Amino acid sequence: MGEVTFLDVSKRFSLRVDGEVHHVQALDRVNFAVKDGEIVALIGPSGCGKTTALRVAMGLDPSSGGRVTVDGREVNGCGHDRGMVFQHAELLPWLSALQNVMFGLEMKGIRGTRLRETAEKYLHLVGLQDSQNRRPHQLSGGMKQRVGIARALAIDPKVLLMDEPFGALDAQTRESLQGELLDIHARTGKTILFVTHDLDEAVLIADRIVVMKNGRVQEIMNVPLKRPRPDLGVVRGTPEFAETRYKVWRAIHDGATVH
Amino acid sequence: MVDIANQSEKTAARPETDPAERKPLPRWVITLASVAVVLLLWEIFGRRVNPVFGSYPSAIAVAFWELAVTGQLWTALYESLRPFLLGYALAILIGVPLGLLIGGFRVAEASLGIYVTAGYAMPLVALVPLLILWLGLGFAVKVAVVFLMALFPICINTWLGVVAVPKTLIEVGKSFVAPDIVILRRIVLPATLPYIMAGIRLAVGRAVVAMVIAEFFTTISGLGAVIINSANNFDTATMFVPIIILMVMAIGLNWLIGFVERKVAPWQAEIAGRDRE
Repeated sequence: MGEVTFLDVSKRFSLRVDGEVHHVQALDRVNFAVKDGEIVALIGPSGCGKTTALRVAMGLDPSSGGRVTVDGREVNGCGHDRGMVFQHAELLPWLSALQNVMFGLEMKGIRGTRLRETAEKYLHLVGLQDSQNRRPHQLSGGMKQRVGIARALAIDPKVLLMDEPFGALDAQTRESLQGELLDIHARTGKTILFVTHDLDEAVLIADRIVVMKNGRVQEIMNVPLKRPRPDLGVVRGTPEFAETRYKVWRAIHDGATVH
Repeated sequence: MVDIANQSEKTAARPETDPAERKPLPRWVITLASVAVVLLLWEIFGRRVNPVFGSYPSAIAVAFWELAVTGQLWTALYESLRPFLLGYALAILIGVPLGLLIGGFRVAEASLGIYVTAGYAMPLVALVPLLILWLGLGFAVKVAVVFLMALFPICINTWLGVVAVPKTLIEVGKSFVAPDIVILRRIVLPATLPYIMAGIRLAVGRAVVAMVIAEFFTTISGLGAVIINSANNFDTATMFVPIIILMVMAIGLNWLIGFVERKVAPWQAEIAGRDRE
């Protein structure tokens, strides 16, 4: 199981700009749910609160109101039921790829032979079995993010939370990782909540798309594309893809052009 | 058309330069050459100066030989090195954890930070007579002075290093539910290592100066005593022997620390691209 529910989640913080205190409503009564095994994309212009929503779900930031639950249990700080994939992978530079994956496992209390075996298994899952002894600076951007995904998946969380995981990668690497993520999802059935600013990515990967604006949920859309989606190139050519992409584009731009 | 074809053929035919031929001079050759030039100039111009006011390398070498055969030099070196190494080691053992503590915890920073900042600027020379009153003229006072001079740069650098650790790396620890102490040991400490090593390097020079200061005041033993006694006898060449030995020692320690740094934090040199030199 792995259901994530946002119930009236709000988040305010204050910024001091040139001596004046500004209050920012990063999240304003956000409500949506991610079903077990589902992939949901959070999309919207920068500053819309999508990353804040993810951080609140991870427990890295507390909410100012409302609550997030995972399988009915209220989120209060970080937990092993959620695995986080960071925007720039954020691997520990002094550890090898394998040790980076092992770090997360050790924090979960896994010791002995199972520790190494599990870490190797997940590096294999992301196709890095031959690079496990390399340190992060000896890995390409795409490989780093694969390690980041392996590290999060290895602790066997109920939910995978991803913060613009492919945003910093070049187009080709991004496309191959998008395909791999869908493949991993097909094999593990993990619930995935991911933040993106890339329309194509949201439509290609997600089952549903939550469009956010000014800290609010603007619209929630279903993606009428069937699973599995083994060839994303073919998916891109379907009329459903084009239609959904246009609908999401309209949802993002409608409000933005008003003021 | 023909011209272009010819041209491209020419460029292709040009033999590639052998990479071995273009290899730059190794660093140690440049350093040795620099030292040789400095010694030579010193020798030439040093000989023209009244031997009370200055000296030159060959005279210092003779004085070195005389100090060495009488055994005076080795006794002095031993008497200096022992408190130096102990004081320096204590400064590392206490300075690093203290810096981690101050950098890592708000309460520690607010309550202890000011003493470390103030201690760094403490005019230790003025306090040496007082330390002598407390600890006597021997081993203990030298250890104390070296320790106090080396402690603060190590501590402050560690502290600054902790503050500079990227917040996202700490969040990685948090997201995997690592306890604070584990985050400090497994994320903050390794991320801070380059700063710690820089502090330990900076402290070498200060510790050497501290040792000489302590021995100037006590004037009983050690290299500092050799310096001040020969200076009082207007034996300038002998005075330079311990000075040169201390400077060479500092260079040696610096090299040793660099070596240790590449062992404990190899990723740092690799990231900076310095590992191939």
